Amino acid sequence: MASVCFYFQVHQPFRLRRYSVFDTDTNYFDDYKNAEICRKVAQKCYLPANRLMLELIRRHGKEFSVSYSITGVALEQFQKWAPDVVDSFRALVDTGQVEILAETYYHSLAFLYSRDEFRDQVAAHTAKIGETFGVRPRIFRNTELIYNNDLAHFIQGMGFIGICAEGADHVLGYRSPNYLYRPIGADRLVLMLKNYRLSDDIAFRFSDRNWAEWPLKAEKFAEWVNQVNGNGFAVNLFMDYETFGEHQWADSGIFDFMYHLPEQILKRADNNFMTLSRAAQTYTPVAELDIPHMVSWADMERDLSAWLGNAMQSNALHELYRLEEAVKTSGDPQLLHDWRRLQTSDHFYYMCTKWFADGDVHKYFNPYESPYDSYINFMNCLDNVRSRLRR
Amino acid sequence: MRLDADEGTKASATLMRILMLGWEFPPFISGGLGTACYGLTKALSDLGTEVLFVLPRGSTNQRLDRVHVVSAKENANGRPARTQTFWTVDGLEHVKLIPVGAGITPYITEQEYLEQRKREEIARATTVTEPGAEKPPSLDPNRPTSVGLFGAPDIYAGDLFSEVHRYARMVAEIARTSDFDVIHAHDWMTYPAGLSVAALSGKPLVVHCHSTEFDRSGTNVNQRVYDIERAGFHGASRVVCVSQLTRDLVTSRYGVPESKCRVVYNAITVNGEPVLHQCHGIEKDDKIVLFLGRITMQKGPEYFLAAAKKVVQVMDNVKFIMAGSGDMIKRMIELAAAMGIGHRVTFTGFLRGDDVDRIFEMADLYVMPSVSEPFGLAPLEALSHDVPVLISKQSGVSEVLVHALKVDFWDINEMANKIIAVLRHPPLRKTLREHGSFEVRKFAWSDAAKACVDVYQEAVQNG
Repeated sequence: MASVCFYFQVHQPFRLRRYSVFDTDTNYFDDYKNAEICRKVAQKCYLPANRLMLELIRRHGKEFSVSYSITGVALEQFQKWAPDVVDSFRALVDTGQVEILAETYYHSLAFLYSRDEFRDQVAAHTAKIGETFGVRPRIFRNTELIYNNDLAHFIQGMGFIGICAEGADHVLGYRSPNYLYRPIGADRLVLMLKNYRLSDDIAFRFSDRNWAEWPLKAEKFAEWVNQVNGNGFAVNLFMDYETFGEHQWADSGIFDFMYHLPEQILKRADNNFMTLSRAAQTYTPVAELDIPHMVSWADMERDLSAWLGNAMQSNALHELYRLEEAVKTSGDPQLLHDWRRLQTSDHFYYMCTKWFADGDVHKYFNPYESPYDSYINFMNCLDNVRSRLRR
Repeated sequence: MRLDADEGTKASATLMRILMLGWEFPPFISGGLGTACYGLTKALSDLGTEVLFVLPRGSTNQRLDRVHVVSAKENANGRPARTQTFWTVDGLEHVKLIPVGAGITPYITEQEYLEQRKREEIARATTVTEPGAEKPPSLDPNRPTSVGLFGAPDIYAGDLFSEVHRYARMVAEIARTSDFDVIHAHDWMTYPAGLSVAALSGKPLVVHCHSTEFDRSGTNVNQRVYDIERAGFHGASRVVCVSQLTRDLVTSRYGVPESKCRVVYNAITVNGEPVLHQCHGIEKDDKIVLFLGRITMQKGPEYFLAAAKKVVQVMDNVKFIMAGSGDMIKRMIELAAAMGIGHRVTFTGFLRGDDVDRIFEMADLYVMPSVSEPFGLAPLEALSHDVPVLISKQSGVSEVLVHALKVDFWDINEMANKIIAVLRHPPLRKTLREHGSFEVRKFAWSDAAKACVDVYQEAVQNG
């Protein structure tokens, strides 16, 4: 039996506007650009991909299902600037074949800095999902799949039944990501690990013409999935939803691939698709997994260095979370919302100097010319938040 | 390390003999042009390239370091024996230095040349009338006289252009009795000499463009200088440009085919010596923002002051230092006073040697607000002194330097924004410094020299 568990990440940060030290207003975010990007990605990815998923559910009925994690800040932006995207997700959820996962509302790194803030943001996200889709998430995924034992323990305490993490080689060793595991210290929680090889074949390598397996067809991929039979239960394909149409352009054939994948997978009677919570309830964890150090799904390192790799990032994060108490006691809801939107992990990702000189994926998603510019801009906004607290 | 490739370059480089029409040797170097010529020449010598370096002694007559005078009888290529006198310099194994008494110095303008001549005439007159008075700094008493020095070197031609042509005649004379494969001329004052020698010897000319008249004078271009540059670019087999920015100027403003141009970025010698830590009278409670360069239109000093004004409006305990001399210095002092920031701005005049090290050591940020900077060596020097840099996007170095803050020279708000950020946030300084001092090591003269050797080979093969 091999169950394919797709989980797609949907996220758009509130990007900051150019905010100079001489600016004094409290409008930190670039509404124009954020709206433009939202609409562009909606046209290229969210709308056509959702149409495709709906079509697949109609064709395959109960046989096909997928899971999504949609951040609160993304939903907020869709509601403002692309409400048809919200409608199309709602149509998917209404089929009963689509699960929504829980995460922090602000796609933040709060777990690393403040457990209270983390709990508040998860609750805010759960509330937002309930209000928008009428469902209650049961599986948790943390920002950028950041995970360790402590997080598992904390999440179990919040009542979730499962949690996602990166199936990084250095945590798995000889083990396979295609089984379910039990986190150490969380005996009621199921740990689901990303099969990064198969996930990245779609998310990163799909249109790479230098890749030996190019062009990737549904049939071939289904064959790889099928090889898991006898050595695992669940093939966890976790990736950004923007893979469809944005990272991999439509003309690469990515939509076509996805259209044909279910029929190829389902050709074998013992293969199927499952939502994450269904997999967590169907299969029994095979072993305990001890992950004391933070892992994530970012870069080769699979650690925190994309957000916490240099002095600027660490400084910006510390300065931000130092304001927590003051912001919360100020009783100003707009200030609280602004401060929380500054927590979105993308702001710190833009400050990464790791690959800056080589220019790659970091640069592609970076609205700034350099990590230094992004730090300066962020600190100027934070300065203004501080001055609002003094008022 | 690709040893075989390095060896290959070295082997062919030894076959090359270059007649280098360059500028300035240590200890006295007045700017980037001299630094670049010296750095490149030393790296070429290290590669095994023979360099015959023609050095205009200008009006400074300073004593050079580590120089020995050599007279050699040569009997080359079956021609009659002749005596060639040259200087050798410790550490530059394959370099022969031939000084010529020409009154050209880097960056000199037509007007400055005339003023310089007038000063020298007055100085000479004073010496004659007052026998007891101290002599003007004299030429090295051992200076050679057979080649290169045409009588008294301080009798210069009437104006700068005549002097440039007088220099060309002297170089042609040197070339007549020397052996070389390629002529390499640096910036416009040496181009006529390079062209004459190329015509006389039939050897290919490579001209090196460190700056154009458009960089130096904006739109107020001196037509005679432009004509000389244009003739140099078109007469040369190859034009070496110090950046893509310069290459674009050379192709668009001078109509030079792009196929002839090669970009070779400048570099820096990082000696790895520990930085001194001393206090020098300026209260280090003050943060220090440094401008270091010629105070001329090209370098954008007024934008520096305009940004400084913005910075002091929101920050105390910050000082601005303008180190350098130039034709705009008086205006800048007046401007600082008129803006009401005179007490926050210090003018040091031209700095050299240890003083440059000390000023870098004090600085928290180096700013290069150049309006048009073909390359810009000073930011690399700042980084090698562990000083973070803010550079204008209108500079060649910003094409290749990653770990620097960048700004359009005219955007004084953004310039001030970035200056304040650097002064306020130590982690920003730290990250810029750490990455910058690592990155600066990538700019090696040996790479620039190898690129030049490739250009020489192209020039020899394609004529």
